[in-house]
Amino acid sequence: MADITPDSLKDERSFLDRILPRWNVWQWLFVTVCVILCLWVLLPIYLLVLSAFSPRDAVFAWPKAFLPTDISTDTIAFFFGVRGVLSAFLNSVLVAALTMIISIGLGAPAGYALARFRFRGKDSFRLMIVMTRAFPIAILALPLTVTFIKLGLYDTVFGVALVHSALALPFAVLISSSLFMGIPFELEEAAWTMGCTRAQAFWRVVMPIATPGLAAAAIFAFVISWNEVFAATILTLQQPTLTAFLLTTLSESPLYFRFAGGFFLVVPALIFIFAVRKYLFSMWGIANR
Amino acid sequence: MITERTLPYWLLAPSLIFLLLLFAYPFADAFFIAFRAEGQWTLENFRTMIEDINFGLSFWNTLLLVLIVVPLQLAIALTMAMMLTKIRAGRDLVLYVWTIPLGISDLAAGVVWLALLSERGYINTILSSLGILDGPALWLSYETPVALFIAVVLAETWRATAIVMVILVAGVQLIPKEYNEAAEIFGASAWKRFTKVTLPLLKPSLQTALILRTLLAFEVFAVVVALGGRDLPVLMGEAFLWQFDYRDNGVASAYAVLTLVISIAFTVLYLRVLRVKEEAQ
Repeated sequence: MADITPDSLKDERSFLDRILPRWNVWQWLFVTVCVILCLWVLLPIYLLVLSAFSPRDAVFAWPKAFLPTDISTDTIAFFFGVRGVLSAFLNSVLVAALTMIISIGLGAPAGYALARFRFRGKDSFRLMIVMTRAFPIAILALPLTVTFIKLGLYDTVFGVALVHSALALPFAVLISSSLFMGIPFELEEAAWTMGCTRAQAFWRVVMPIATPGLAAAAIFAFVISWNEVFAATILTLQQPTLTAFLLTTLSESPLYFRFAGGFFLVVPALIFIFAVRKYLFSMWGIANR
Repeated sequence: MITERTLPYWLLAPSLIFLLLLFAYPFADAFFIAFRAEGQWTLENFRTMIEDINFGLSFWNTLLLVLIVVPLQLAIALTMAMMLTKIRAGRDLVLYVWTIPLGISDLAAGVVWLALLSERGYINTILSSLGILDGPALWLSYETPVALFIAVVLAETWRATAIVMVILVAGVQLIPKEYNEAAEIFGASAWKRFTKVTLPLLKPSLQTALILRTLLAFEVFAVVVALGGRDLPVLMGEAFLWQFDYRDNGVASAYAVLTLVISIAFTVLYLRVLRVKEEAQ
């Protein structure tokens, strides 16, 4: 580094003055806090991705490099080479896809009913939907192991998907109800006067408008299922989902294996949150009132 | 018969039946399993639970976690929500970044922080380059329970603050701008406006966020397992252990029932303390 002389210091300041915006102290503080909070979220994810894409022996490296100097798919390849990982991965995809279909298939009609009709019991149904959130997942999953063993659903993809659908269904109902409420009823009425039946009006007028929102709700259901650990683990043995597989092998698996597993849990989440970002607030904002 | 009057019921029926089968039935069943052993009503399962060596520890650990994590998250989320009202350029980007943890599971969050806090991890690298540490140090073991606890607090705060923020941001958007403008005209400082106008009007959202977050915080499980294995017992971890390792459905269900009772107690407490007047809703 060059010696600091009064001259070089002066130069430095004028250079900074030129490139930095003219903000007062409070604005600087504000931006700093904002950047720190963003880094607080992003940095840990970056470091996990970095760990997953380092060679296996990098786990023992000291001190750790913070820049991607040694990118390798060695760890990822090892991860998928471990017996059971690939099938657990596929199980997770299957369970999440089934959860998506069941929760939207059952939830969207209910959401439509809540949005369009006045009927007795509407408020109690809505209350019941909101109440389901207060249940610890353990209180559903633990008794269901017994029931599922009796019914032959224990240790099956379908059984896990049923429990995950129970978790995702309340969200699907609330999201689709707020979605349908946002589509003017007049559009449907106009279709009726043009000679459409109720069903035709729904499929030809309402559905095309509602599809993107319903897709977002479906993605949300997918994420709920993809992330769920407790029920997936106690309801499976030979057919675990990815989360169940990772959890049960945590204590005996090497660190780099866990990092690769963590990477595959995080990545879909990143993509999905990006895909549904427009709907996040209508989902939660209205769903929580 | 499907008529205009019965149509809504036909539309609701599938999800209602599904929820009855997969919520109401197992819920009732859980009590049945927890309070019964060898064919009769008994408190045997609860006695086994309470006499277990890890019970007290898991209970206090969980409670302490909730009492530290939830207020911390509320403070950070409130800061984020208030900052978002001021940001002009790049608001959407910042909002997206802050909501990313919404999609990250508790297990993944545990693994993320494991990568940071492991013996030869990134945080130790930083600490030793700052001269605080001499070399690799172990944080996540039974010998360092306080450090392990702090690690869980960090991971939980990192993962689950986003949900609180989203609820609060939605709530802030519902507050009419006129109130703040009026307060400003009457000379209220920014802090006064925040405490006297925004906070009271945000009460319903605060209530929702607190209840939801507290309920979920009592279920803390995978984060703890990923970071510390069994070295930091928590309620759900014990329930899991009794079910998965000891194959004792009864005691596991007793833990689940206990967690539910505590959750309900906290919900009632919040509803009373943060009572929302009718006209404010």
